[in-house]
Amino acid sequence: MATAGDTVAVSLTVNGKPVSANVDPRTLLVQLLRENLRLTGTHVGCDTSQCGACVVHVNGKAIKSCTVLALQIEGADVLTIEGLAPADGPLHPMQEAFRENHGLQCGYCTPGMIMTAVDLVRRKGNELDDRTIREELEGNICRCTGYHNIVKAIAAGARAMRGSGATSQAAE
Amino acid sequence: MSGTGIGAAVRRKEDQRFITGKGHYTDDINRPGQVFAYFVRSPHAHATIKSIDAKAASAMPGVVAVLTGVELANDKIGNLICGWMIHSKDGTPMKMAAHPALANGKACHVGDPVAVALAETLPQARDAAEKVKVDYAVLPAVANPAAAQKPGAPQIHDIAPNNTIYQWHLGDAKAVEAAFKSAKHVTKLDIVNNRLVPNAIEPRAAIGDYDSGTGAFTLWNTTQNPHVARLVIAAFVGMAPEHKLRVIAPDVGGGFGSKIFIYPEEVVALWSSKRVDRPVKWVCDRSEAFLADAHGRDHVTHAEMAFDADGRIVALRAKTIANLGAYMSTFSSSVPTYLYATLLSGQYDIPHIYCEVDAVYTNTGPVDAYRGAGRPEATFVVERLVEVGAREMGLDPAELRRKNFVQKFPHQTPVIMSYDAGDYNASLKKAMELADYKGFGKRKRESARHGKLRGIGLSTYIEACGIAPSQAVGSLGCGVGLWESAEVRVNPTGSVEVLTGTHAHGQGHETTFAQVVSERLGIPIDNISVVHGDTDKVQFGMGTYGSRSGAVGMSALVKALDKVEAKAKKVAAHLLEAAEGDIEFKDGKFSVAGTDKSAAWGDVSLNAYIAHKFSGAELEPGLKEGAFYDPTNFTFPAGCHICEVEVDTDTGNTEIVAWTAVDDFGVVVNPMIVEGQVHGGIAQGVGQALCEGAVYDKDGQLVTGSFMDYAMPRANFLPTLKVDTTMTRCPSNPLGIKGCGEAGAIAAPAAVINAITDAIGTENLAMPATPATVWAAIQKSGMPRAA
Repeated sequence: MATAGDTVAVSLTVNGKPVSANVDPRTLLVQLLRENLRLTGTHVGCDTSQCGACVVHVNGKAIKSCTVLALQIEGADVLTIEGLAPADGPLHPMQEAFRENHGLQCGYCTPGMIMTAVDLVRRKGNELDDRTIREELEGNICRCTGYHNIVKAIAAGARAMRGSGATSQAAE
Repeated sequence: MSGTGIGAAVRRKEDQRFITGKGHYTDDINRPGQVFAYFVRSPHAHATIKSIDAKAASAMPGVVAVLTGVELANDKIGNLICGWMIHSKDGTPMKMAAHPALANGKACHVGDPVAVALAETLPQARDAAEKVKVDYAVLPAVANPAAAQKPGAPQIHDIAPNNTIYQWHLGDAKAVEAAFKSAKHVTKLDIVNNRLVPNAIEPRAAIGDYDSGTGAFTLWNTTQNPHVARLVIAAFVGMAPEHKLRVIAPDVGGGFGSKIFIYPEEVVALWSSKRVDRPVKWVCDRSEAFLADAHGRDHVTHAEMAFDADGRIVALRAKTIANLGAYMSTFSSSVPTYLYATLLSGQYDIPHIYCEVDAVYTNTGPVDAYRGAGRPEATFVVERLVEVGAREMGLDPAELRRKNFVQKFPHQTPVIMSYDAGDYNASLKKAMELADYKGFGKRKRESARHGKLRGIGLSTYIEACGIAPSQAVGSLGCGVGLWESAEVRVNPTGSVEVLTGTHAHGQGHETTFAQVVSERLGIPIDNISVVHGDTDKVQFGMGTYGSRSGAVGMSALVKALDKVEAKAKKVAAHLLEAAEGDIEFKDGKFSVAGTDKSAAWGDVSLNAYIAHKFSGAELEPGLKEGAFYDPTNFTFPAGCHICEVEVDTDTGNTEIVAWTAVDDFGVVVNPMIVEGQVHGGIAQGVGQALCEGAVYDKDGQLVTGSFMDYAMPRANFLPTLKVDTTMTRCPSNPLGIKGCGEAGAIAAPAAVINAITDAIGTENLAMPATPATVWAAIQKSGMPRAA
């Protein structure tokens, strides 16, 4: 059992790149991403796994990175908002849809919303009705938009993902 | 209108960084050598601090210091203040109790910070904070505002007997009394305006960085008004002279009022940075935010409206107890007074109004402005009274409203405000058409067929925005002026930087302020950047709240652009060898009247800087102008929101099935952004009406202290919203803007409760109207099941 102050090594793939770090065993995935890897697009909005600002993909599925220890996902493949579109390439269709539909205001919940939305398309397909989107956003809280334009953005982004070459697995 | 000018639904310039995860919020910033702060907070609502033993905590691994209120006092760090003086009816000033950034001797609410642990890592700071031993003597506590003034209630501050901060009033009590005596019908309501937690999704954060070489401080802070923070921390807290304190508000993730205020944690971040001579970073946990952020609303009101035989409103009176919590937050005193009682006339021509407000201390977190700030409380009083009055008198609620609308402008209300422009019939009519008000009966029958009770509720609200004329607010007790500043810096190549004293935390100023410049100078929006949120860059400004950035901030920008254009014309005259009076400027081109001689914007900007065409004796080089704009009146956005609900009688669950909003915001700079503001406001108002409520138990423990217990509106809680506008120009500012940021939150609660009470046939219903509350009301009213 590690005591406070001890560190342990963790290795995983983040946005296609192998990374490793020595961390306090208590380190959450979101802390590893933000503090060790300086990927600050993933946000922390609560401490009870409710708000969804920290959603990333682990092995292709959306999870809340505030609720998993970095050590628990040793060897996993992690995708964050920073890796959703290639660095020099076009935006992911879901990112573009959020901009086009004014699906964000302060931007703080946005990375989590987009990562959740991309996973939603993987699970439910490209034709998403209002009710489905609203129910599936149960785990993501936005205080700015009243969700109206987020729902519009996700429906449009989902449609745009069809045939765009963009998958829910990132810019591969 | 150009493609990117005023009125265009321009996509936001700021979005690129936010959708790619490249925003820079305070928690994304780290300073070399920083330590992490974690606060020890009182677990008791009211307790004497007998002693604090930090020995064990200080010896923990990585701990740099543990500091308490004793050290803070020894270093002569001043108290936090409330900046708006309210006088009681008897002329005595409000009773502002001392508010040290770390409690010294006594803790007054759960979450009151009593010590701070600084360590190399956040877990180490957290571990150390846990080991700080505070010996408390627990005192009896009072959390309920209605109980705070009662005999025998625990006394929180010696300065405020009976926990009473002020007993204020507005209006003519005698005239109101006489009008009530002669009234044909009087409607009475007891209203609790529920306490809300703002919950911007970005928690507050602060990084204090003291430079011992220069004696200067820098504060990175989640604030809506960096200059006001600097002023208070310099002039009242006494941390540093104003010129030795730089406040930077980087990307800020929502505010809704809660990030206006100057909080203990940012003071401690600065002070402790000097103590340990290292940068100090603090980021609020969400659970901590529930305890430490200023909350909103929390009024207990008895209100009455008097009508004559024709259904005309002849008078209104209200008696409100406002809970300000354990300490007076920065603008807390103004919210239940001049931001509340002055709006009790609503959209109506009411000859006599009288309002009494007692503000009280309780052993709860501070209460201050939250989206709408006083105006949602006023609207709820007025719009519930009108609705209930209509039902009691057997009149159509829409017709009763129309009959009482203010028709002529300007209109002087009996409660200070002079409404300058509006057309309340127009917004009501348009909303009723869009909502198919006439077809409601048919829809109600359809709902009944599948076992649901359907109801419809209106809210015809007004707000006072564009905050605010400095002289007017000064006469009412405000400690600062509420003008705004702007500076326009034109570069030699013709691109433009706009510096504004407003601050965006979701409102999209980088786009809308650029639209105003693009419209005026005829240059592409991509050649314009908007700078805000740094006291070293922007000379001064009052920040963003009260729907003021468009009406006040953009007016300052227009004034600065006027000066830029005037100077540019002088440069163009030299360049084109013409008289200054002959220079015309249109669509980004300067031309000489009656000739084909012209110069492009970029030619003139370049010549302003190379200064080859004029001598220093004739004209100063450069093209940079600033302006301060002080409004001459508030602005008065108004509109009509219509909510339609279906209530399940078995569960008491309310579903909002339709929402129509028609607002008059004056001139709209970017309709896409304005609609977004309305959507967000409605969601917060619906949250207040249906699910949100901060609940303290009788001992002052917050029992709704996380997103698990405090119900935030989720996506499936809201319908698709129908949002539209009508337009009367605001006559008092150059662009005709009224403001849109708070409308939804102001209008929505009354619309929802009017709709539910219409559905279930009961007249009073507490917010939040949770399924349990609605179900109980149905049982009490003996309403038959729908089907």
